[in-house]
Amino acid sequence: MNVASQPALEGAAPIDRSARETVLRMRQIDKTFRGGVVALHEMNLDIRKGDFISLLGPSGCGKSTALRLIAGLMRPTAGRIEWEGGGGKDDLGVVFQEPTLMPWATVEQNVWLPFRLQGKSLGSCREKIYEALALVGLENFGKSYPRELSGGMKMRVSIARALVTDPRIILMDEPFAALDEITRQKLNDDLLNLKAKTDATVVFVTHSVFESVFLSDRIVVMAARPGRVVKEIEVPEPYPRGIEWRTSPTYATIARETSDTLLGTLSPGAEVH
Amino acid sequence: MAAVDSSPSGAPAPQLSDISHAVDLEEEQIARRKRAEEIGKWALPIIVMAAAIWFWDRIVVWNEIPHFILPRPGLVLETLWADRAMLFESLWVTVKITALALLVAVVGGVGLAVLFAQSKFAEMSFSPFAVILQVTPIVAIAPLIFIYIESKLVGLLLCAWIVAFFPILANTTLGLNSADHNLRDLFRIYRASRWQRLIYLQLPSALPYFLGGLKIAGGLALIGAVVAEYVAGSGGIDSGLAFRILEAGYRLNIPRMFAALILIAGTGVLIYALTSLTSYLLLRKWHESALKREQ
Ligand SMILES: Nc1ncnc2c1ncn2[C@@H]1O[C@H](COP(=O)(O)OP(=O)(O)O)[C@@H](O)[C@H]1O
Ligand SMILES: [Mg+2]
Repeated sequence: MNVASQPALEGAAPIDRSARETVLRMRQIDKTFRGGVVALHEMNLDIRKGDFISLLGPSGCGKSTALRLIAGLMRPTAGRIEWEGGGGKDDLGVVFQEPTLMPWATVEQNVWLPFRLQGKSLGSCREKIYEALALVGLENFGKSYPRELSGGMKMRVSIARALVTDPRIILMDEPFAALDEITRQKLNDDLLNLKAKTDATVVFVTHSVFESVFLSDRIVVMAARPGRVVKEIEVPEPYPRGIEWRTSPTYATIARETSDTLLGTLSPGAEVH
Repeated sequence: MAAVDSSPSGAPAPQLSDISHAVDLEEEQIARRKRAEEIGKWALPIIVMAAAIWFWDRIVVWNEIPHFILPRPGLVLETLWADRAMLFESLWVTVKITALALLVAVVGGVGLAVLFAQSKFAEMSFSPFAVILQVTPIVAIAPLIFIYIESKLVGLLLCAWIVAFFPILANTTLGLNSADHNLRDLFRIYRASRWQRLIYLQLPSALPYFLGGLKIAGGLALIGAVVAEYVAGSGGIDSGLAFRILEAGYRLNIPRMFAALILIAGTGVLIYALTSLTSYLLLRKWHESALKREQ
């Protein structure tokens, strides 16, 4: 890391995260778009098994670009992205800002998609599909069409699809940003429950300080122009986390620290437009 | 986020029994208007059509117009019945050409659209031809076609196809390219093959567009079949309705012209109804266009 990770608070529950095995390494990643926009400059990130990492920063700081690089949708200008043990199928699940469901397919068929593209029949995957749907509380909606569901429910289907293959990393790009506050809070709670149950590895993009502290165990604070990592902040609170977590002093302290770091990146010259 | 944390506060909720069920006049009015519209949707066209036919009949009687200039509606119906063997045989010919042309247009239009979607260069190379075929009036092309092509049936088919296939090609191409960008990315992340992307993503995305094109193409195929037969002109055992109209015109058999016209119009309406029904059945589960709006 450019900036050493540091525990945010003395005496917090000790979890030895360094013992986790690394899944993916980003080394000195640069991405420069045509026209000279430096979307990312020298980004380093280790994603370890079971991490819940938030990429936090103002818009335009390269958060989506980082996700697209990890997803293999674009290649870095310089630097290396290495999957531990090489890449393969079932590496990734993705949740976008919109639910991104196929409107012509039922919920069950939508969740089936990653398996279907591997050539597996619906029947052979049904058990896994309904397991994933049960995790997001939609096991009774398998035969529904997306248009019959509310915005929050569609998002849950999208999450079920992302985790149905039990991928090595789940990428989420501001997944709840388009939802109303109440639904969003509910989904955040549910995401934490999911995390506690499945121990999935998640990279979560957000521009909400509170969301990042509430959800993640590592916050990667980023700044724009050029897009870069300014600090990594550890959140040493174990999962499962509940309502008490959001009102605890530790939460408040870390939120404060994160907020200050974020504000520090917004020097007058580099203000978001 | 704090909004959720705060315990529910404020005034206690009113008991259900406290709420009186006053009649909302505006809502009542809206409901009444809706019922009227529901009935009017069916009743009005029938009434107006009947009135128009009655008026047609009256005009002929009041002005004592001779039947070889404008026949009374009753006489048209009589002619339709009297000449039914010949007229329906011709109708069958026209329907056959229209349906076949539409079928080939669907296969050709969708096939070409899929090719265009696979390769931008193919699209750049061939789409000018499609546009030229589309913008040149079929009556201008038809004489040439009948010079080069011996079989009248094949010639007619070709003409009908030329007019019908463009809306299918254009709409399907648009539809194939309209697949959601995030879904495309998702397919790439899941390492879908080109073929899988086409079958599972692009074709379903294109379906509503294709069906829109089909509705237009159905009508155009009929127009193409009729117009081309006017140009071809020659008669024979396999004459379609257009030739019957021409022939009846030469003989000043106006009632038969009307009878043939009614059959052509009826066929057009039927094609439209069938393509609309197909579209509804295929899309009703998921597409906005086929959904009844709530409220
Ligand atoms: N495909 C692209 N071509 C050119 N510039 C891009 C492209 N994608 C992103 N950018 C630019 O790169 C910067 C970072 O974008 P992005 O990663 O989307 O930021 P974020 O997701 O943090 O809001 C922005 O200035 C954006 O305009
Ligand atoms: Mg973004």
